[in-house]
Amino acid sequence: MIDIKGVHKSFGAHHVLQGVNMKIAKGESMVIIGGSGTGKSVLLKCILGLETPDAGSILVYGQEADQGDRDAFLARFGMLFQGAALFDSLPVWQNVAFRLLRGAGKLSKTDARDLAVEKLRRVGLRADVADKFPAELSGGMQKRVGLARAIAADPEIIFFDEPTTGLDPIMSGVINELIREIVVEMGATAMTITHDMSSVRAIADKVAMLHDGAVQWSGPIAKLETSGNPYLDQFLHGRAEGPIEAVR
Amino acid sequence: MQLIERSLGAIGAATLGFCTTIGRVILFALRATSHIFRPPFYGRELAQQLMQIGYFSLPVVGLTALFTGAALALQIYSGGARFNAEAVVPSIVAIGMVRELGPVLGGLMVAGRVASSIAAELGTMRVTEQIDALTTLSTNPMKYLVAPRLAAATLAMPVLVAVGDTIGIMGGYLVGTNRLGFNASAYVQNTTDFLQFQDIASGLAKAAVFGFIVALMGCYHGYNSGRGAAGVGRATINAVVSASVMILAANYILTEAFF
Repeated sequence: MIDIKGVHKSFGAHHVLQGVNMKIAKGESMVIIGGSGTGKSVLLKCILGLETPDAGSILVYGQEADQGDRDAFLARFGMLFQGAALFDSLPVWQNVAFRLLRGAGKLSKTDARDLAVEKLRRVGLRADVADKFPAELSGGMQKRVGLARAIAADPEIIFFDEPTTGLDPIMSGVINELIREIVVEMGATAMTITHDMSSVRAIADKVAMLHDGAVQWSGPIAKLETSGNPYLDQFLHGRAEGPIEAVR
Repeated sequence: MQLIERSLGAIGAATLGFCTTIGRVILFALRATSHIFRPPFYGRELAQQLMQIGYFSLPVVGLTALFTGAALALQIYSGGARFNAEAVVPSIVAIGMVRELGPVLGGLMVAGRVASSIAAELGTMRVTEQIDALTTLSTNPMKYLVAPRLAAATLAMPVLVAVGDTIGIMGGYLVGTNRLGFNASAYVQNTTDFLQFQDIASGLAKAAVFGFIVALMGCYHGYNSGRGAAGVGRATINAVVSASVMILAANYILTEAFF
């Protein structure tokens, strides 16, 4: 479904992605792990067309990501951003229903609001949150609103960029459970970027470890602990010694 | 020898950087302007920006014009008295305000207020990934964020300047009649007799161009803001400085054109 072949991306002299290859099957939940600055978010942005790869190809349902009808392509995706990326000037319900208030499948304001409230309930928020502004919400609530926005248009593919960063362990657990439930319930394909190993264990069907601009290990979650891959082992156990250079 | 090479290299790099930036700004302006005329149109955003840029700038533009008109009347009276030409105060205040000071000072005040606000808002949206979020929600940020601001500033500035001109002339009138001893009806008569349609039209045309420049600089620097609070801060400073310099440069070019 998502087929990434030999993707390269550099920013000036900094080569972030150096030939990333990855396949994600329909309905699969892939979690990409790796240290900070290893290009996980850049890879995700390349798939969405927010960054243009220097080389390689990204196929989604057999179609090149940067070709064809852009709106139709993006309509397949939902995304939860690291900081939720809610629009400050809009109330919560308009954030959730943003896509539904515009474009080809535009709904009436009343219908869009009802649907937004339903999605907010789905992520555990009460209806009275709908009329608040993002700045009035806690970090955990903002993540939930971001999650509600990501699923509002029932996308086929959902991206989660560091879904638990900045949250306390209990809220992280709640968000992880919600993501897993929603992905299973919707039958969506999911791609998650995280450093949080509790998220990996809660969300993943498959895991890919990104380092030095390439996938160092990829496999099912069941084989995570027994991979024998030195990069993965060092990352999992948080060791300073190993093939991943730790800057002190 | 090495010092000369390094100096020439630095000058070359700065020149290339300057030309690259000019090219980027022109491409940005063309892309954004094309979105103003192509559907979908975001009427609600345009109305909001008309309020933000136009209506909420009225106090600062009005006060600037009032004090400028008043000071201008005193200066012209003082200068005119040297060759017995005190009677020109009403007409020169009106012409000076309408052709030059109204649009330029209004433009500079709006540059300070609006370019900074647009750059800070879009810069924050860039840093917090709200602009990326718009794209993933099938909404073109140039069309949703930039085009309404450009259109609103270009439409609102002439109205703002027209109001500012009127207030500035009123400032001159108040000083002329209360401080300089002009007869009220003679002052008004003198103002309207010598003011021509071309004076007003050239001032309003300037205002539209200045409005476009203010919004363009705010949007360009905010949209391309660097990372973090420092990046947003730099974008805000660059927006105000470049808008102000461009307004003064455009003012000379337009004055030559209307001369």
